[in-house]
Amino acid sequence: METRQRHRERVLLGKVPWLLAAPALLALLFLILPLLGLLIRAPWPDAWQVITDDQAVQALRLSLITATVSMLIAMVLGVPLAWLLARSGLPGLGVLRALITVPLVLPPVVGGVALFTILGRSGLLGRPLFELTGFAFPFTPYAVVLAQVFVALPYLVLSVEGALRTADSRYEEAAATLGARPMTVFSRVTLPLIGPGVAAGAVLAWARALGEFGATITFAGNFPGTTRTMPLEVYLALETDPGAALMLSVLLLAVSVLVLVLLRDRWVNRW
Amino acid sequence: MRARLLRRLFAALTATVLLLGCGAQPKSSVPPAGAGQPATGVIVVLAAASLTEAFQRIGAAFQTSHPGTKINFSFGSSATLAAQIIQGAPADVFAAANEPTMKTVTDHGLAPAAQIFATNTLQIAVPAGNPGGVSGLHDFADASKRIALCAEQVPCGQAAQTIFERAGISPRPDTLESDVKAALQKVRLNEVDAALVYRTDVIAAGADVEGIDFDESATAVNRYPICAVSDSANPLTARAFVDYVVGPDGQAVLSKAGFGSP
Amino acid sequence: MTRRPHERPDAGLAARICLQRGALRVDLELAVLAGEVVALVGPNGAGKSTVLRALAGLLPLQQGRTMLGSMIMDDVDAGIREPSHRRPVGVVFQDYLLFPHLSVLDNVAFGPRATGASRHDAREKARQALRRVGAAELSTLRPGRISGGQAQRVALARALATDPQLLLLDEPLAALDARTRLMVRGELRRHLADFAGATLVITHDPVDAAVLADRLVVIESGSVVQTGTPTEVARRPRTEYVARLVGLNLMTGTGHGHRVDVAGGGVVHVAAHSEGEMYVAFRPAAVSLFTKRPEGSPRNLWQGRISGLEPHGEGVRVEIGALHLGASILAEVTQAAVADLGLRPGSTVWAGVKASDVEVYPR
Repeated sequence: METRQRHRERVLLGKVPWLLAAPALLALLFLILPLLGLLIRAPWPDAWQVITDDQAVQALRLSLITATVSMLIAMVLGVPLAWLLARSGLPGLGVLRALITVPLVLPPVVGGVALFTILGRSGLLGRPLFELTGFAFPFTPYAVVLAQVFVALPYLVLSVEGALRTADSRYEEAAATLGARPMTVFSRVTLPLIGPGVAAGAVLAWARALGEFGATITFAGNFPGTTRTMPLEVYLALETDPGAALMLSVLLLAVSVLVLVLLRDRWVNRW
Repeated sequence: MRARLLRRLFAALTATVLLLGCGAQPKSSVPPAGAGQPATGVIVVLAAASLTEAFQRIGAAFQTSHPGTKINFSFGSSATLAAQIIQGAPADVFAAANEPTMKTVTDHGLAPAAQIFATNTLQIAVPAGNPGGVSGLHDFADASKRIALCAEQVPCGQAAQTIFERAGISPRPDTLESDVKAALQKVRLNEVDAALVYRTDVIAAGADVEGIDFDESATAVNRYPICAVSDSANPLTARAFVDYVVGPDGQAVLSKAGFGSP
Repeated sequence: MTRRPHERPDAGLAARICLQRGALRVDLELAVLAGEVVALVGPNGAGKSTVLRALAGLLPLQQGRTMLGSMIMDDVDAGIREPSHRRPVGVVFQDYLLFPHLSVLDNVAFGPRATGASRHDAREKARQALRRVGAAELSTLRPGRISGGQAQRVALARALATDPQLLLLDEPLAALDARTRLMVRGELRRHLADFAGATLVITHDPVDAAVLADRLVVIESGSVVQTGTPTEVARRPRTEYVARLVGLNLMTGTGHGHRVDVAGGGVVHVAAHSEGEMYVAFRPAAVSLFTKRPEGSPRNLWQGRISGLEPHGEGVRVEIGALHLGASILAEVTQAAVADLGLRPGSTVWAGVKASDVEVYPR
């Protein structure tokens, strides 16, 4: 069945109309050329020295850990929210959906300031927390995760909601007639059916979290080991050593591409 | 050589376009043949971000006292602006926040005679009312206080590092900000108890931020150089603007903004 | 038709269903005894699926009450509405809706597992259910890898594995090709006969209905128009739709002894005595065609013009605009007859029906 499908794809590719092929090729070039520029300009002789630098390793590790935690949090919170949007039929969902896209249009730096107003030491929720426990989010790795979740969540919610909308909800009805309670229907039928959509959303969220800069540097600050993620490291390196900055960007790209390729085979091509 | 020519052409073209955009201006943007002629036409001034407010005021005053001139400002990080000039961006005047940055332009032979026109020193910035009870530089070593400093990669961070070394204090910052405005923002939002920023930034921040002076600030004085770019399409006006900044009118505005005289 | 030994009137379905779906207003009563198979028959848009969804708890009633045995599933006045998962109702959906991400075995084990059985017990139950429908060998396959007929059996096993008291089948054979359909139909009949609960089959196919069901309930535009055994309905249709469905000529009229004055203006002679508002019906095969007025003529003889011919089974269906009836009638003749008589659209023919071949029954 799979081979038949592949065959069909190849046949189709043989006669792609040029009106589609030309812009597609242009889009591809537009995406790939800057990447190529990065690779060409990166100071390869210094590569080993740059990427084994303690600060760089530290930043990369922090980035990978926080982005992964952020992705998991985004999934735990975002999938139910997507379900609510796609299935609940509550009134006012249009407004809600518009609100969810706010972090997408908000400049991330503004997002960071917005997070301060709620979760900062003087923020709406942050102040009572600080007064009670002496703990404040800013300048901690938790703040990095919060900033990343804030910007990554919409990607996950929108892609899962899309998957839910295209998924056949009659399977859920069938499950209900077999005696499954709504939660069982969700976990044993809905979730597996939208698995590829959730995976795609998670990948997007992870990638967005990994590249997150503005909200992080604003809300979490920038301190090696605790809040300085890879994009912040790159940004600072640009001030003094642009070559190292290019090299670090290449490292970040290489690691993320590697992770995505490994995940793709495990997750996305299930059935 | 050809690149240089092209660049000039581009600069002239840009100036012309800007002129046309302004309509009522006299249309000569061609470099005058001899000295003694009045400054006129458009110039582009690239200046460090910390000069934003002061230079806008100086620019307005200059245009009033030199009718027929028009100044277009572009503010940004000194390093970024220097890179733009080296890459051939049209520029007539460049004012940097420190000497090393100016030196990169000088080294390319594009800034023949830079002169220092202002100085800036660091000041302790605390949120209005000083909730953290900060009294001096020694508080920066107190781990229980929230402290923001500039990262050592940017000028204000270098200055801070010099000061702490001279004072024999090991600061315990919670965050190393990528620029001085970001550090100040954290103070303004009361997310840190203190930050070390430029005196001019404290003044510009207004009522949300209070400045605390400290003796050691004199050990790290930041000097601002300015020059007319040698590629200038309008060297006469560029020169006139530099003279104006260095002269009494410009100095008065700078002093009011918290800058020191050279 | 006689009741089967295990039919229990107290354990079946008793429902009154009222609800509005777009332009369609469904308002009907429905009873299915335990052990009985009822076919809900009707044209597209008559409300068949709406009834099924309401009984399965997938659509709320606006008025009415549904009871299964002693359990009240819906009672609008009392504010009762059991959710789908708490109803002892099994559904075989039209395109089966087998979960694509689960094996056949786990599809069937889904119900028992969801209702609290351990994984082991659920699978054991699923194996039994699959064995019963003769699909045990499919256990390990994904639904995407099995044929339509196999999927139908698996869907039935899945619905039965929850031990429902009411089994609903939505067009169970519609997704199958003609050959598979023939085979599966007989098979399905056997499985339904073994099922102790009440069964409601939705179909628009008269043959499916006749083979599978003990009783037909015909609905049109949301209301019941006729109910009876397949034989009764096939012999004495009460609406134009049913008549066409079972392939009979149907007319309404007023009986006067052995003659009925039909609504279109003509007269039909009948063998039985009739009085009052009547239906008259006769099979197309009972109609003889002549090109000239026949001698020793049958009691009913109408002249008309052929408006259409189409092959039907072994023979040919001829549609005749009958002049003295104010209606068109269908005749069924052999291929040979068509050739011998030179029948073609536009030909004038005489159509004869013996009075004894005409069924007459009160409206």
